Amino acid sequence: MTTATETARRTTRRRFDARKWLPVLGVAGIVLYCLAPFYWMVVTAFRRPADQYDLSPLPRTWSVENFRAVFEPGTGFGRALLNSLIVASTTTVLTLVIGTSTAYALARLAFRGKNLVLSLIIATSMFPGISLIVPLLRLFTDIGWINTYQAMILPSLSFALPLAVWNLTMFFRQMPQELEQAAMVDGCTPGQAFRKIIVPLAAPGMFTTAILTFILAWNEFIIALSMVNEREMQTVTVAISKFTGATQYDQPFGTQMAAGVIVTIPLVIGVLIFQRRIIAGLTSGGLK
Amino acid sequence: MMATITYDGTTRIYPGADHPAVDGLDLHIEDGEFLVLVGPSGCGKSTSLRMLAGLEEVDSGAIHIGEREVTGLSPKDRDIAMVFQNYALYPHMSVADNMGFALRMAKTPKAEIERRVSEAAKLLDLEPYLDRKPRALSGGQRQRVAMGRAIVRQPRAFLMDEPLSNLDAKLRVSTRSQIASLQRRLGVSTVYVTHDQVEAMTMGDRVAVLHEGVLQQCASPRELYERPANAFVAGFIGSPPMNLLDCELDADGARVGGSAIPLPPAVRQEVSSGTVTLGFRPEDVSLVGAEEPGISTTVDLVEELGADVYLHCGLPEARGGVVVRAEPRSAPALGDAVRLGVRPEAVHVFAPTTGERIAA
Repeated sequence: MTTATETARRTTRRRFDARKWLPVLGVAGIVLYCLAPFYWMVVTAFRRPADQYDLSPLPRTWSVENFRAVFEPGTGFGRALLNSLIVASTTTVLTLVIGTSTAYALARLAFRGKNLVLSLIIATSMFPGISLIVPLLRLFTDIGWINTYQAMILPSLSFALPLAVWNLTMFFRQMPQELEQAAMVDGCTPGQAFRKIIVPLAAPGMFTTAILTFILAWNEFIIALSMVNEREMQTVTVAISKFTGATQYDQPFGTQMAAGVIVTIPLVIGVLIFQRRIIAGLTSGGLK
Repeated sequence: MMATITYDGTTRIYPGADHPAVDGLDLHIEDGEFLVLVGPSGCGKSTSLRMLAGLEEVDSGAIHIGEREVTGLSPKDRDIAMVFQNYALYPHMSVADNMGFALRMAKTPKAEIERRVSEAAKLLDLEPYLDRKPRALSGGQRQRVAMGRAIVRQPRAFLMDEPLSNLDAKLRVSTRSQIASLQRRLGVSTVYVTHDQVEAMTMGDRVAVLHEGVLQQCASPRELYERPANAFVAGFIGSPPMNLLDCELDADGARVGGSAIPLPPAVRQEVSSGTVTLGFRPEDVSLVGAEEPGISTTVDLVEELGADVYLHCGLPEARGGVVVRAEPRSAPALGDAVRLGVRPEAVHVFAPTTGERIAA
């Protein structure tokens, strides 16, 4: 009798455990799948150049030789980092300024065809960017924009804006209009109500949008490759693709991996810094 | 700083709507008066309030606060404070900052802001929570912060849009009396919107009943209850509502369930035949013996409320039957045959087409 209940209890406990661990297993699987390439990139970056085709999970001999190679004077990598930073930051700031005002108008103003405008905006983001390269190259050649920052910023801006507008519109829409109305009754102009009440509350949405835009612009490759042929103006993604090995028959995988690690670091730092601000639910509590 | 409020033929037609949301509203609110706008949903009560706040356009007519016409002014220039149904507290500001926000916008000196915020906090028992964010407060506390935000302003008028509807029933009753007594103490003209006629009756100096954008009657709660201007008001005010029956007139009075209810002479002078809408309240009916004049019917439903028992009885003249108040100890049971005696002097008569009250 007692043994029977004991066994029963044990089985239920075991089944309960399995259920509890199943989600953890699922999450672990997804994380592994996403991080495996990054892991390989980091590990390869720390191998000696001679070991670059090794398949061991950890470098047999750790080495920073690849990183040193990245910053050798001939590569122009430092300059490329700066270019990328300028292009990505400008794109992000412009996207935020334009996207926020557009989204606020779409979320709050009543005008005919609002949903059509929103659908069109999201539809433009489905346009394959690659098909724009040739016309853009032609256009930028004609107006003398080859080898300029704006030749990289403007296309990135147009790729980033649709998603930003969509994101922010959804964010503003879920904010009750009573907040602005209360602010206006409290003595604000509509502009002040937006700046003092809505913008602080929209911060999480704006940070999310900013980070997504920055990543998009930072990782952009095709436009940067096509519109720039001067070494001084190229961005990191282009610079990495043009790395050469010690001899011309060498494929500099190790150096490229090291550069990849360096390029990823600012993004990771950015996300970590803003992570706390991205947490949704900052708006909760004002209502009811 | 206080002021009267006047609606002068104020009309609002929403774009694309074929009926005005508020149609020619004429209403005057005295200095320091507590006026309640009440009506079913969609009657235009919130629109009326929002026009006063400047959050809704006025299509024709005017609104005055004191001597000043405010019809075209933006909300910030009207010197009014509003309590919203969902409170609309600023989630990123502490309780103190929420309450002081309007004063900061008005560039009030810091010491003055602090003094007025702490004064209001004391009044509303919010002192321990001044540093908290709204999300760390209970529903009742949030409601009080919304009140505090209005009080701190010392405005010319308070506007309240169903401020109690998010509280649970028990808290609503206690907050109801707190708001009413606070308003009397501060003496600030107040317009209060609710769909709940009990709130309207218990809180207002006067109550304005709206229906389909049209003001039906504006009077003291007692007057509304005893002399409703039309059948709509009669059916809206009171819980349970007044019984309304469509009946034929003959020489003896109004025919209901085989017997006649005599009508006051003043009514008889105006209508002598045809049909009228007859109204009487559940408490103006008594159960009578078989030999007395009365309406014979059976009990369809018994509602036990403790102090009272309400009997629902079927009658061909009344669509939903009639409701009758009975003594709890001697109440008949479900299915019992009863005889209803209506007090003739407590009968209200309305014209069947317009619903307007006839005489008396």
